[in-house]
Amino acid sequence: MEIPYNVEERQDTGMFNAKLGIWLFLASEVMLFGGLFSAYVFLRMGDVTGTFISGASELNIPLATFNTLVLISSSVTMIMSWVSLKLGEQKKFKTYLGTTLLLAGVFLVVKYFEYTAKFHHGIFPETSTFFAIYFTLTGLHMLHIIGGMVVIFYFLVPGSKMMNTESERFTNRIEIVGLYWHFVDLVWIFLFPVLYLL
Amino acid sequence: MSGQPDTHHEESFWRKYIFSIDHKVIGLQYGITALIFLFFGFCLMMMMRWQLAYPEQPMPWFGWLFGETGVMLPEMYNSLGAMHGTVMIFLGVVPLAVGAFGNYFVPLQIGAPDMAFPKLNMTSYWCYFAGGIVMMVGFFVPGGAANSGWTSYPPLADIATTGQTVWLFGMVLLITSSLLGSINTITTIVQLRAKGLTWMRLPFFVWSQFVTAFLLLLAFPPLEAAGVLQLMDRLLDTSFFLPSGLIVSGEVLNVSGGGSPLLWQHMFWFLAHPEVYVLILPAMGIVAEVLSNNTRKPLWGYKSIVYASSFLGFMSFIVWAHHMFMTGMGSTISAFFQTTTMIISVPSVVILTAMFISLWGASIRYNSAMLFALGFLPMFGIGGLTGLPLGIAASDIHLHDTYYVIGHFHYVVAPGTIFALFAGVYYWFPKMTGKTLNETLGKIHFWLSMIFINGIFMPMFVQGLAGVSRRLWDGGASYAHATDTLWLNEVMSASAWLLGLAQIPFIYNLIKSMKSGEKAESNHWDATTLEWTDAPSPPLPHRNFEVIPEVYRGPYEYSVPGADKDFTPQSEA
Repeated sequence: MEIPYNVEERQDTGMFNAKLGIWLFLASEVMLFGGLFSAYVFLRMGDVTGTFISGASELNIPLATFNTLVLISSSVTMIMSWVSLKLGEQKKFKTYLGTTLLLAGVFLVVKYFEYTAKFHHGIFPETSTFFAIYFTLTGLHMLHIIGGMVVIFYFLVPGSKMMNTESERFTNRIEIVGLYWHFVDLVWIFLFPVLYLL
Repeated sequence: MSGQPDTHHEESFWRKYIFSIDHKVIGLQYGITALIFLFFGFCLMMMMRWQLAYPEQPMPWFGWLFGETGVMLPEMYNSLGAMHGTVMIFLGVVPLAVGAFGNYFVPLQIGAPDMAFPKLNMTSYWCYFAGGIVMMVGFFVPGGAANSGWTSYPPLADIATTGQTVWLFGMVLLITSSLLGSINTITTIVQLRAKGLTWMRLPFFVWSQFVTAFLLLLAFPPLEAAGVLQLMDRLLDTSFFLPSGLIVSGEVLNVSGGGSPLLWQHMFWFLAHPEVYVLILPAMGIVAEVLSNNTRKPLWGYKSIVYASSFLGFMSFIVWAHHMFMTGMGSTISAFFQTTTMIISVPSVVILTAMFISLWGASIRYNSAMLFALGFLPMFGIGGLTGLPLGIAASDIHLHDTYYVIGHFHYVVAPGTIFALFAGVYYWFPKMTGKTLNETLGKIHFWLSMIFINGIFMPMFVQGLAGVSRRLWDGGASYAHATDTLWLNEVMSASAWLLGLAQIPFIYNLIKSMKSGEKAESNHWDATTLEWTDAPSPPLPHRNFEVIPEVYRGPYEYSVPGADKDFTPQSEA
């Protein structure tokens, strides 16, 4: 038997199932990153030797600013792809979603150069608690980016057939991916000032 | 099955029983796995109780597990202690309460054909299973399973043997499993309620699962974060939980330092306190169903119970540091958490009181399920009330980390939650299998369990008040405080082993009844909720109901004046 409200909205809640599901998932993600940000605050408060200040000054702010712009743009293209799908413009949809994937790739490449530069200077997670939390937070964030890229790639290539067979369901799915992607973007918006600028 | 073309097609063995996406099969998978782990965790404890009662004497029959001498070494004792806690909570009780009962009966009680995300449901079971396997692997790595207590406090846990790393990986899998499960439960309850089933018509069991799912959803991620940090400490030599200048075995540890052991405690208890309510709320939910059904009366104060449990869920997020009064975090913080702890006892008392009042003036049916539910009430009462002195910072100084604490939380979880889970098994077995359990065996099981479980935990209060610390390998034999109360160790251990024997009638009953029990009617207990009134026993695969029911009334309309029978089903117009 079909499970109700898989595609269409339930009237009294105004949602289809997966939309509530993704919001709940994001709530748990907020708690995950919230826990790590709290750890950051806790460690920084107990940091008597000033490793947080000196550590932050070794980070590459221009590169991170560039990456911030890249991620924000990817969020814009993400929502454009959903809008295009809603308007039935499938070609535009593919272009926008493809651009999102590309921008995510750019973010990772920049991050790769940032990481290797640190390693060349002999900076590793064990160097200080600042770099420990820096690598943990940015590493976990990158895992989220990679996870998002896998899903976006799936809807771009192997999973795109559903666009024609079950178009409403497919549009819903893109909306869900978009919500997740905006969240990952938002995490970076917090990470950037907290790690690089403070 | 009446040959509905949309659902009726033969499934392969693997699809039907192993990788099933039917919430009922998954519920049973959870249930069977969790019962096995529950028994395994119990065995670990029975071995520890030998060492406590007869320190350093070779263990009969099972001595070969500890090498030639047959004597349990302190390291082994620590492993057993840590794994007993972990197995019981994360692999036994929670999966049974939430994974098994929640999964099986939430969709049935709200009139849904399945959970909202069936494939996610299957994934969460297999994450749980994998987590269980990883935990078990810990016993076979060098140095044995995790041995830093179920709380895994650093710095000890940071420098412990490989078993701790395995434990952390196991926890990450278990956390993933419960996150997926909780998303599924909440979405199911919000989205798939049958027509007419408004929030205040939900059976309290569904409410309890709803609140529990929120606790799991929001409290577990910080522990996952903490687990990641501890893994970083162990594998990449970071110092999240290691202070500067830490000396291990006479040498300064070669790490950057600057971390804080207290950080772990905060992150750990931020989960682990809500976890207590994850353990108790589904139990209360089951007891509410059983009580109302067997008193043949509406549950007294249904709305108060619902509001109280929601308030309880909210409050449980801001009491965690009452586990940390002795860490030196400061009296201001202690005062705050002491206050919130006193406040959270209020909704628990509201719920328990409402349940006691529900018994007033009822003509009670004393079947096995009801006996266990009735047993739950005073046992949970003892567990809850003995918690108050621990929640007050001043009296906690004396009681902290003594056997009093062990007695307190075991009263909540063992004769509390586990009795409620037994009640659930006796109550819902006819629905799950279509067969009835033997009542006489059930009553024997109840009375023996009731006597022996108190024999284990009541003396712990005495020992604890006398000042005997927990986690002592020799049970206090080398401890001057303990001399007067040492004889109780043998009483407790004998009770534990007898409690083990008392489970034989239960296990026999389950297997025997499944094979050749009497056939159960679809509404075996004359109940009012949808799983009994509208679904056959067992419910139809993949869709539960012949016709999705509609709901016209509240969940506990028993003995309605003027009605022609003493129960009015929710689906009766």
